Amino acid sequence: MAKLPITLKVNGRKYAADCEPRKSLADFIRQDLGLTGTHLGCEHGVCGACTVLLDGSTARSCLLLAVQADGAEITTVEGLANGGDLHPIQQAFWDKHGLQCGFCTSGVLLTTLELLKENPNPTDEEIRDRLSGNLCRCTGYQFIVEAVREASQRVQDSEREPAQRAIAR
Amino acid sequence: MKAAAFDYTAPTTVQEAIHSLNSAGDAAKLLAGGQSLLPMLAMRLARPSLLVDLNRIKGLSEIHRKDGHLLIGAMTRHRDLETNQTIRQVVPILAHMAGHIGHVAIRNRGTVGGSIAHADPAAELPLAMTVLDARFTVQGPKGTRTLAPDQLFVGALTTSLAPDEVLTAIRVPIPSSSTHSSFLKLARRHGDFGIVAVLVVVELDKEGRYEDVRVGLGGANPVPVRARAVESMLVGEKPSETVVAAAAKAAVKEIEPSSDVHATAAYRREMVEVLVRRTLLAASELH
Repeated sequence: MAKLPITLKVNGRKYAADCEPRKSLADFIRQDLGLTGTHLGCEHGVCGACTVLLDGSTARSCLLLAVQADGAEITTVEGLANGGDLHPIQQAFWDKHGLQCGFCTSGVLLTTLELLKENPNPTDEEIRDRLSGNLCRCTGYQFIVEAVREASQRVQDSEREPAQRAIAR
Repeated sequence: MKAAAFDYTAPTTVQEAIHSLNSAGDAAKLLAGGQSLLPMLAMRLARPSLLVDLNRIKGLSEIHRKDGHLLIGAMTRHRDLETNQTIRQVVPILAHMAGHIGHVAIRNRGTVGGSIAHADPAAELPLAMTVLDARFTVQGPKGTRTLAPDQLFVGALTTSLAPDEVLTAIRVPIPSSSTHSSFLKLARRHGDFGIVAVLVVVELDKEGRYEDVRVGLGGANPVPVRARAVESMLVGEKPSETVVAAAAKAAVKEIEPSSDVHATAAYRREMVEVLVRRTLLAASELH
């Protein structure tokens, strides 16, 4: 089949492109948009390395066709940092050594983002439960769990800040 | 690990979807959540020439309560089934079982209708719908029909749906509030498909004897099984360790498990007995 046109927003920026129906969203993001932070680990939905946010919810981009994302808003790992400032979750992973090779990390960060939005103070068990869909071969998960715990604190602190500044005035 | 080429269409009505399927003969596949289909395409286990995407059709993902039944649109995402307040109140076991499907990212996309139409022997929802005696609304070029679980599930990964039919809704009778349910799934890792799974729904009469018992076995047979002989054997009995143990042993006779990379048939038989005992004990409030 000839290529189909799609338009979508990725990390707040609008893109328009033509692609084959069979092209996965993961391949589109990596090849057509040059955003290689999203990784391909298994290409059959098991490892979580390809995790993105689709209209605000986590999804395995290897299990989505690019044509399905027409009109959608995607967030990839590249969308977390604010200019030169790491997202509080990224900063927590940096400080707590929550990554080694980094291959699983982009997926882990977006899964963590969704977890903390739904459950701002998860227990270790809840963290491990949520991360069981992101396979990591390097870390044994211990520092990942600590990083998520730290991240939960940092995210809450960052949300409190604007209010405190308002009071100070 | 890339899909072979296919044509793609995203209709906005069920009728258009049926028409597209019908025009393609046997060669089209429906795309719902894609969590089972896309891996198959990537591994080239399926090579449809046309994908008919159901995701742009409005009105297929609603959940309503009506006349003692739950009406669930086939495009309802597993995550919505898991978190929906109506379901959690009136059929909490369904929300609980939905929460066992894979991981959140999978449940955000995977659909109730997709899981049922895919009919994986180890899947949670075909088992749930079999035990809860759901009815499936199927639309095709000749009109609409309603199927019971034993009419829909005919074999492993096989339903009686014609290539040009679309499962659009599931109707679940709401169990009485005096029933107790218990679900157990055996898997090596959290989020894996179950090696075996058991769902029991129990209602005791005023004397504390089994009045209504449903025992559903999954992952141990090409299709989900209602262990009818076990159910008959329990009705009228008073729950006890002995009675439950005998029922669990009898359950093994009602399945025909296969061996595969995950487990042998013998292991599945053994585990069915263990899980039936545990779920009956839990649902009968014997611990």
